Amino acid sequence: MGRLSWAAIPIHQPLPMAASLFIIVGFLVLFALVSWKGWWPYLWREWLTSVDHKRIGVMYILLALVLLLRGFIDALMMRSQLAVAAGGAAGYLAPEHYDQMFSAHGTIMILFMAMPFMVGLMNFVVPLQLGVRDVAFPTLNAASFWLTAAGALLVNISLVVGEFARTGWLPYPPLSELQFSPGVGVDYYLWALEISGLGSLLAGINLVTTILKLRAPGMDYMRMPVFCWTALASNLLIVAAFPLLTATLAMLLLDRYVGMHFFTNDGGGNAMLFFNLIWAWGHPEVYILILPAFGVFSEVFATFAGKQVFGYRSMVMATMAICLLSFMVWLHHFFTMGAGADVNGFFSIMTIIIAVPTGVKIFNWLFTLYQGRLRFEVPVLWALGFMVTFVIGGMSGVLMAVPPADFVLHNSVFLVAHFHNVIIGGVLFGGMAGYNYWFPKAFGFTLDRRWGVVSFWCWLVGFYVAFMPLYALGLLGMTRRMQHYADRSWQPYLIVAEAGALIILCGIVATIVQLVVSVRSRDQRRDLTGDPWNGRTLEWSTASPPPPFNFAVLPSVDSLDAFWRRKQASAPHPPAARVDIEVPSNSACGFVTAVFAVVAGFALVWHIWWLAIGDMTGGVLAMFIFGWTERRKTTIAAEELVAFDVRQRTAVT
Amino acid sequence: MSGVLDPQGPVAAAERLILIDATGIMLVIVIPVIVMTLAFAWRYRASNERAVYRPDWAYSGQLELIVWAIPTMIALLLGSVGWIGSQALDPARALISAVPPLHIQVVALDWQWLFIYPDAQVATANELYIPAGVPVQFEMTSATVMNAFFIPQLGSQVYTMPGMTTHLNLLADRPGEFPGLSAHFSGDGFSNMRFVVHAVSVADYAAWVATTRSAASPLDPASFGELSRAEQHPRIRVFGAVAPLLFRQILALSAPIPAVLPTAP
Repeated sequence: MGRLSWAAIPIHQPLPMAASLFIIVGFLVLFALVSWKGWWPYLWREWLTSVDHKRIGVMYILLALVLLLRGFIDALMMRSQLAVAAGGAAGYLAPEHYDQMFSAHGTIMILFMAMPFMVGLMNFVVPLQLGVRDVAFPTLNAASFWLTAAGALLVNISLVVGEFARTGWLPYPPLSELQFSPGVGVDYYLWALEISGLGSLLAGINLVTTILKLRAPGMDYMRMPVFCWTALASNLLIVAAFPLLTATLAMLLLDRYVGMHFFTNDGGGNAMLFFNLIWAWGHPEVYILILPAFGVFSEVFATFAGKQVFGYRSMVMATMAICLLSFMVWLHHFFTMGAGADVNGFFSIMTIIIAVPTGVKIFNWLFTLYQGRLRFEVPVLWALGFMVTFVIGGMSGVLMAVPPADFVLHNSVFLVAHFHNVIIGGVLFGGMAGYNYWFPKAFGFTLDRRWGVVSFWCWLVGFYVAFMPLYALGLLGMTRRMQHYADRSWQPYLIVAEAGALIILCGIVATIVQLVVSVRSRDQRRDLTGDPWNGRTLEWSTASPPPPFNFAVLPSVDSLDAFWRRKQASAPHPPAARVDIEVPSNSACGFVTAVFAVVAGFALVWHIWWLAIGDMTGGVLAMFIFGWTERRKTTIAAEELVAFDVRQRTAVT
Repeated sequence: MSGVLDPQGPVAAAERLILIDATGIMLVIVIPVIVMTLAFAWRYRASNERAVYRPDWAYSGQLELIVWAIPTMIALLLGSVGWIGSQALDPARALISAVPPLHIQVVALDWQWLFIYPDAQVATANELYIPAGVPVQFEMTSATVMNAFFIPQLGSQVYTMPGMTTHLNLLADRPGEFPGLSAHFSGDGFSNMRFVVHAVSVADYAAWVATTRSAASPLDPASFGELSRAEQHPRIRVFGAVAPLLFRQILALSAPIPAVLPTAP
């Protein structure tokens, strides 16, 4: 069994054991419930083998929300550790656990929460906004999702069997090399990210192709909704940046598995190479996350202000400028490496320049509100919370783009406060705005407003209470990733920060309550028109939830905000033509791929070579079988299409 | 009050000034944006019948110009601050002073700090003595993983990296005690990688060197090998003599660190 033995189960460590038991029992209960209710055929048919971009989008977001819980539990435990570990106190988390916890928290929140949240929104929304029936490669889309889920599963298996990386969310060598991290933690990290990174790359290729090649008749580039533009930019970045991640981590794998010397101390390795490569992916990655969120805010402001987004061309230009510039700023993550004044100066200027298009976007949203008629629905609250919070986070970010300021703030909790400020205030708020905005489209009923408002205020207030003290502490000289600290004067700040985390917990609970309440009262909150917000873009022109074929008749587009214009002109779209259409049939390809991937990752982590070789042989065979099996399509009869069309028209009028 | 807002030397003071100036420059734009966001959202709320509603107003050339110009001007200003600041405050740049600088070699270990005073031929672990008013030139490396050497009240942090040297120039204006630490996570013992910086008068510094030189045990490859074993709870150590070229040998070493170092490079 390679390196795997009973010692890998943390039986003598109460905390990880409790967490493991919780996960295992949770899984068993879920499994039993599904079996008892006889839901397996439904799950298999409608979800696990679905290649429908809407279903896949929903599954991405579900994954993100589940992993948000896991990542947040880590956060809460770290906060409570730091609230008590002052002076001589050691706290309740030993360094080897604490170090795993912040590594897992960062990895999960960025790669398995924020990423799937944004990719899920794009997956669900983009084909609908483009007015097409699906993404370019539906089966590949399913494979992308399941590979991401496979990576997330591997990270969580590490909690039960073995350990996770203790190196931070980016495994900087030499610390992550075999010499200093001989355990399986870094291997779990590496294989999980190799697997999910492949999924992200494939998802990127898929959406880029979809946006470039599949648009409704008449939808020129300059008629695409802003969200589609930001999705295009984000996915172009994925296509360009994720191979860098895969290659960099592969080099570290080669160092660890076959004794190569890319980043080792000896044999001519150099850790600085890793810093440069990982941030050449890492900085575009933050724009991969934030750009779709920017798109969500553009849609939300335009819809709820009842106004076309201000300065559409500027928005598009700013988006593409960010896309390009994001590859030229990576060195600002390590100004303190001593690269020299000219290098630091150059990257400082590039970083400050990238704030220009971001500033333009902020102003354009402001002028979208100006002389609009703003309805304070839940998505708007998130968007306004974003505007106020994000400019503060942007400010602290630009501050650290100035090297002399960075020299004293880098690696401090000021930096931690900064990136939580932009990732919570930007990406997460964007995700939550999008979730509340498009939920009725996905399920046909709106989310409860009251609990949505509670959730928003808890998150907003909780964020400020949790992270403003960290800005102050950073200025007081507290570095990040400390498991305990000597200076007792820091403790009050950290207790306040913990209180903030607890307020955020209320926000998360409110989100769950909102979902439960809404599902239970779904019959009262049904939206039969498909257009609950008086929307502007094409996704609101079809039924909620949309049928598998999205549109009875592909919309033809002659302007921006096509659906809004059509409603203004009271011009109904032409009736559905009486022809059969084909949609791709379900495929187990993605799910099966992910099963092979999880087993391969696990076997490689534990050096169980026979299993790894057997599994990968099976994987290749499965690939041939799926590849050579005739691709089947399901035909949707013209009658069904027309019937749907008629139903939809009656519902709207 | 300690930390970067309470500078005790010219580098930290200049960095605090830049920090405050840059924040001020940005607040000029950030505060109006926040105010406008809230004001516009309130003014143009749907229930406000008196507010103008222009659903098709989505372009204005003049506004677009302003929208691009304001951030661009701020970026020009801040970019200049960034460029000039990174030249003037380059950590490797020697400080201008009438007093000749003091050289100190810094070695990061798992998880402690070794300070070698090559001119005085003494060394300390986890405690740093420097003369106030004298520029200090740090030459730094690591014997294991990466760390960052940081004394918040004196200014700039710089990474310490195995097999490489980095340079840092600092100066303490007056005598005092300042906390120092590792700012870059380096493993399980990272949180204890702290040290106190004693900035003392030039006379006291000379006296400290004399006492240290006479009193304590030597730092040679053997005692370095013993010192460099992983230590979760570092103690203060002083070494009255240092093997010449020890820093170069540490630098030339490829990890893992053997118990006995090679003799000469």
